[in-house]
Amino acid sequence: MGLIQIGPPAKDGELGVMTLSLEKVVNWARKGSLWPMTFGLACCAIEMIAAVSSRYDIDRYGAGVFRASPRQSDLMIVAGTVCRRMAPVIRKIYDQMPEPKYVISMGSCATSGNIYDSYSVVQGVDRFVPVDIYVPGCPPTPEALFDGILKLQDRIMQKRVFTKQPEQVRMT
Amino acid sequence: MHPIAEKIQGRFPEGFLSSNEWRGDLAISVKRESLHDVCAYIRKDPELDCDYMVHVSSVDWPDDAERFEVVYEVYSIRKRHRIRIKTRVPENDCQVDSMVDLWMGADFMEREVFDMMGIRFNHHPDLRRILMPDDYTEGYPLRKDFPVQGKGWRDTFEFLNDPN
Repeated sequence: MGLIQIGPPAKDGELGVMTLSLEKVVNWARKGSLWPMTFGLACCAIEMIAAVSSRYDIDRYGAGVFRASPRQSDLMIVAGTVCRRMAPVIRKIYDQMPEPKYVISMGSCATSGNIYDSYSVVQGVDRFVPVDIYVPGCPPTPEALFDGILKLQDRIMQKRVFTKQPEQVRMT
Repeated sequence: MHPIAEKIQGRFPEGFLSSNEWRGDLAISVKRESLHDVCAYIRKDPELDCDYMVHVSSVDWPDDAERFEVVYEVYSIRKRHRIRIKTRVPENDCQVDSMVDLWMGADFMEREVFDMMGIRFNHHPDLRRILMPDDYTEGYPLRKDFPVQGKGWRDTFEFLNDPN
């Protein structure tokens, strides 16, 4: 993984020594075990399904266990066009997810409404839930979704767990 | 003329307007006042026996005097024929009689026509919007004078302030 520094190689049968901050361990555990919420809304869901299946295998990034309940998941992949009637449902499901929780907006429709500036479509899911990663594409390929997941994992590694997240940079 | 259309014309000489047949599909046009009687006859007559409501839809003809057209498509599962029944509705008196008492399956489809085109169905048991939110006030989206672009939902997310 690159972040676990193993001490001098113990070839005499003794246990090795590992030194790193507790925050990094927690973040490393969190990023390696993302539990996505099954939330396919339109054609992007087909690419998400392809990403889960054996050809692409999202499980390589530890994000393979899709749950049907928001209470068991910490990552919501909003995959597809968000309609007006679906918007309160998305917000309710987001509120039901336990902390820490992350949101990936997959595809142009979830990000901005895409070409559908019409009566039924919400112009971006970020208007009512906070989005961590936007994945562009119409629909994005499974590789693009993986890139989004890797970017999200990078972000999780930068999170503060035991100290307060700095809200602004202090200039001294 | 198609024998079914002849039969209906013989039964309703006043309400029957026209019929046409295109690639085996029979469509009849009737007056709005006799629509329910014609449909009840089509539903209950043992020779026609159309027991299945396939589809309810509507058409907007903005240049015509009677602007809207309500289209019912019914099918007979035993006799294996289908009939399309059309009727015209003017804009200033936008209502027809509901068919829910004849075909229960017309319930949601008539609600959709009401939601999208704004045609009221008399004696419908539960005429509410079905696809759009209940508090939607911007009109009827499938009418031709409704803007195609620029109506996406950008603000007024009331549920964000809802404590429930």
